[in-house]
Amino acid sequence: MREVAIVAYAQSPQVRQEKVLNEVEILMPVIEEALAEAAMTMDDIDFVCSGSCDYIAGGAFSFVSAVDALGATPSKMESHVEMDAAWALYESWLKIQTGEISSALIYGFGKSSVGELPDVMSQQCDPYYLAPLWPDSISLAGIQASALLATGRYTERDFADVVVESRRKAKTNPNAQLSGDVSADHLIEAPYIASPLRRHDCCPITDGASVLIITDKSALPKAKTKPVYIRGIDHRMEAHQLGIRTLSESKSSTLALANAKDQAGIEQFDLAELYAPFSPQTLILKDALALNDKVDINPSGGPLAGHIMMSAGLDRFGMSFRALQSSTVKTALAHATSGPCLQHNMIAILEAG
Amino acid sequence: MDIDLDPIEQLDAPIYHRYHATSSRAITPFLHAMKRGELLGHLSTATGKVLFPPLGACPESGQATHMPVILSDSGTVLGFTTVHLPIPGSKLVPPFTVANILLDGADQACGHLISECEINAVAIGMRVTAVWRAKEIWNNSLENIEYFRPIAEPLVDIDELQKQCLIKANHRKKSAQGDQDA
Repeated sequence: MREVAIVAYAQSPQVRQEKVLNEVEILMPVIEEALAEAAMTMDDIDFVCSGSCDYIAGGAFSFVSAVDALGATPSKMESHVEMDAAWALYESWLKIQTGEISSALIYGFGKSSVGELPDVMSQQCDPYYLAPLWPDSISLAGIQASALLATGRYTERDFADVVVESRRKAKTNPNAQLSGDVSADHLIEAPYIASPLRRHDCCPITDGASVLIITDKSALPKAKTKPVYIRGIDHRMEAHQLGIRTLSESKSSTLALANAKDQAGIEQFDLAELYAPFSPQTLILKDALALNDKVDINPSGGPLAGHIMMSAGLDRFGMSFRALQSSTVKTALAHATSGPCLQHNMIAILEAG
Repeated sequence: MDIDLDPIEQLDAPIYHRYHATSSRAITPFLHAMKRGELLGHLSTATGKVLFPPLGACPESGQATHMPVILSDSGTVLGFTTVHLPIPGSKLVPPFTVANILLDGADQACGHLISECEINAVAIGMRVTAVWRAKEIWNNSLENIEYFRPIAEPLVDIDELQKQCLIKANHRKKSAQGDQDA
């Protein structure tokens, strides 16, 4: 296996509503910032891969206009996934493994404020049995949360505790949308929006973009930044029909972690960045990944502090990269999800170089 | 298996989503200018090229573009096609001719209709000028121009035209970068 390193990461502020800039305008300075961090130019990038979804902002071909932000004339080798940009990273990682390229710039962007995200997300469901019911993402997460409560493993107060931790940790993340000191006693008084979920249990609508650059070890840029190696990476998908799955568990995460550990030969992590857009999912993942209390979960605040739809998974890699750079800890677990109720999960094991 | 059931060949599943989009930093001034009857492009300081319509990003350099340039409403046909098939949902009645038009002073062609001439008379290199709708109905839209009509000028050699454009763009690039250095 080729050794692949994350060498740069940049993210726009995660704002509730960007009223002026379109996606390309949000993206351009973020690409510049990531290239500057790696001391690279677009000429040093072999491959560009993005994750976005035109349904989010309702603009056809918004991912094509985003290519303008790359200086893609003359043309670059380019690809796009209609998935979170973490899967664009996976495609890029695979392409490096084939030996076809040695560097890739990955980006994801979304302007969720323009549309009605929970309803837009219902369009990813089965077109015959589910989509005609317009099952919005919050309601589906509510069903999952109540399945978790029914196991007796956690209570609504545990959900609130996840939010308290997220807001507290997000205080050190300048791009966070939600941060500060809140008390679980106070949170639990809030009304339900889709029981047992309260507003604070749901990730905030966020506009923004993120960019991450990876290279083969042989092509590390000259920048002084400490590279972070992707030692193991795997993703597994569960059934589309929610009725087939045990929603209170995440078997695909467990399996992906086992495979990633095999590749990495690393068993313990100092920190984990989990893409859990709803607070109970943090607890489901914590169990599925057997994360003990020594693991610092979502030091960035995680998706509950800011959630760029289509890029929030890539941000887990980026935030792990940042955390490993700025501290003495060595290993991180980055998780990304796609589909309703943690249907599809990716696990990567990262190690500071 | 119920193989004698009639197959269902059509299922209506209309999807409606509401969006509250706003125009971007680059497009907003362009749309305001259209309402004033002005054609606003952007100068890319990285390449010296004038981009019309402005998208806010220079596709060659990836740099943001800000510098406004007001363009002439006359230009040269770089390419065209005559459409003979009706387009679903379109107000246009075939046959009609659409052309890639390079406005004078621009380095990027934009698409629009050609009219007031025989279809067979449209040619690459033809000089054209905008026919504006009545000022009272001007809106934030390129539709303020109804179409372009030919003007009585000789055909232009478009290879030569593009060569000249590149020379001018290089001059603009040098002076723009000189300004930055100063």
